[in-house]
Amino acid sequence: MRYVIIGAGPAGVTAAETLRGEDPNGEIILVGEEPEPPYSRMAIPYLLVEKIGEAGTYLRKQDDFYRSRAIELVQQRVTALDTAAQGLSLADGSTLAYDRLLIATGATPVRPPIDGIDSPQVSTCWTLADARRIVESAQPGSEVVLMGAGFIGCIILEALAMREVKLTVVEMGDRMVPRMMNDKAGNLIKQWCINKGVQVLTSAQVTAIRAPQAAANNGGGLMGGIKKLFGGGENAAEPAGKVTVELKSGEKIAADLVISATGVRSNLAFLQGSGIDTEQGIKVDRQLRTSADNVWAAGDVAQGRDFSTGDYQVQAIQPTSVEHGKIAALNMAGASVEHRGSINMNVLDTLGLISSSFGLWMGVEDGDSVERYWPEAFRYICLQFRGDVLVGASCVGMTQHIGVLRGLIQTETPLGAWKQKLMEDPTRVMEAYLASAQGATLVGSRA
Amino acid sequence: MLKSLHIDPGKCTGCKQCEMACSYEHEQSFNPSLSRIKVFDFHEQGRFVPYTCTQCTEAWCLQACPVDAISANESLGAKVVSADLCVGCKVCTIACPFGTISYNPRSGVVSKCDLCDGSPKCAEACPTGAITFVDASATGLDKMRQWAQKTDTAAG
Ligand SMILES: Cc1cc2nc3c(=O)[nH]c(=O)nc-3n(C[C@H](O)[C@H](O)[C@H](O)COP(=O)(O)OP(=O)(O)OC[C@H]3O[C@@H](n4cnc5c(N)ncnc54)[C@H](O)[C@@H]3O)c2cc1C
Repeated sequence: MRYVIIGAGPAGVTAAETLRGEDPNGEIILVGEEPEPPYSRMAIPYLLVEKIGEAGTYLRKQDDFYRSRAIELVQQRVTALDTAAQGLSLADGSTLAYDRLLIATGATPVRPPIDGIDSPQVSTCWTLADARRIVESAQPGSEVVLMGAGFIGCIILEALAMREVKLTVVEMGDRMVPRMMNDKAGNLIKQWCINKGVQVLTSAQVTAIRAPQAAANNGGGLMGGIKKLFGGGENAAEPAGKVTVELKSGEKIAADLVISATGVRSNLAFLQGSGIDTEQGIKVDRQLRTSADNVWAAGDVAQGRDFSTGDYQVQAIQPTSVEHGKIAALNMAGASVEHRGSINMNVLDTLGLISSSFGLWMGVEDGDSVERYWPEAFRYICLQFRGDVLVGASCVGMTQHIGVLRGLIQTETPLGAWKQKLMEDPTRVMEAYLASAQGATLVGSRA
Repeated sequence: MLKSLHIDPGKCTGCKQCEMACSYEHEQSFNPSLSRIKVFDFHEQGRFVPYTCTQCTEAWCLQACPVDAISANESLGAKVVSADLCVGCKVCTIACPFGTISYNPRSGVVSKCDLCDGSPKCAEACPTGAITFVDASATGLDKMRQWAQKTDTAAG
């Protein structure tokens, strides 16, 4: 049996490891296009602040992890998939046949259609190669514009601020992390960042990024164009000079570096002509199987089941990628394991203010919700219920035992009398958990 | 023989010696807020419930870790955080459905119960036998259930 996995991120590596656990004799080939050993994108912010070196980002730390498990690593870009012949085409012109295939190619940041987005001063923050470029340009005192204050943008924000750059964040939404936090919480984070010296512009939009010369004579990208023609672009050794970032409001901001973090899109391009069903990501069933025989998908590329809604969507988060990788691998090895769905959840540290959100944090129709807000203390908690079951939560400024929010949501524990107590004081969630999930009658019988 | 922490909330008086011992062992300071075992106070009933990691077999924290910083110490039966490898991303703190791994802003890494290398200081410090370190024949989940039952009877 030959298992081939495309993509050496957390989904792919977890799958390879799980496959080996299930099938001691099968051949396992892990194909990834990036030159480094399999690493974790999530660790990049900590590389940027020099908390770790590049090796600190590696998904597995044991030197012989792959060799000792007979997992063959192949550094190649997959360019096409032929599901009828059960084979892959690789960038070097060779082909690779599979018996069972896992697609775990992840996602890539979208490039917003903005004039000047291809300037050498603009970078994404997605790969180790990006990280090296950012380390070079984001020096203390450099002027940096961060486009996007979504979840990933906010994580990068902290790393950039800690590099002591002069940072301006431009977010289209009316608050920070608009898809993770509500108005109050998102604005609390914004205020905190402003207090820490970061300029945060919400409801703001970058309309153009002007090359140095073009900006100087105020228009016509001629010089910029010429510079590019003569190879002054991408890897120019000389500092490329400051670009001018133009906002819809008319405001102009000078920048040594612009980081684009305006969302991601599943890597589906190489699937063209493969017949595999895709929407936002690859469509999968509850066993993470795609529409093609012997092909599974996992991670940021897969449109997997959401625990809370039962809908299929790309969550693009680490824990979900790992869950997918594991379940897909079990099924590839012949087990029959159904995915109950992953909980959409995030935890974020913006310059020391920690926030988290779980499941249906925005609430459900006919549900109940409770929130408490201490703006001076930068604390916030919001719980969402359907009946007496917790279905979503978000908090700011809370770090202890927050995992029980996931526990309560995922176990769908009936809270009974504790629902009312939480409606009165949502901070008692740990007690509610101990009483309901650990020994329901301890308090229930007395309440 | 693997051993595990056994908690009998019925015997807990809420003295918090366990929290003191834990924080001293791991953080070299008597600071209950840094303890990996926590005594919850059900003040309405005048009851106390000590709570910490059960070293569950699913190891949600370990699975979620993006940098291989949490490992299973097989001989001890503990899931252990390597402070050197942990980057402080906190994903484990939302992944653990028991809420028993938390971020410590002081150290910049997460912390959880590691069974003190086989001689848990909380159990040593407990004056009433509410926390003991006993042979573990049960899985993490069974332990949880036992614990739940214990809590039940204690409440009766
Ligand atoms: C800066 C940053 C911070 C983040 N922080 C968090 C966080 O705090 N919490 C969280 O939950 N998530 C976070 N994420 C998201 C998280 O990293 C992703 O959800 C996760 O990496 C997805 O794993 P994956 O294996 O599906 O894809 P990826 O990690 O993207 O791996 C995909 C792999 O496929 C390879 N590949 C792609 N196309 C091809 C091809 N055609 N041929 C060969 N190989 C190919 C890629 O090179 C890569 O190795 C962060 C991401 C970034 C960039």
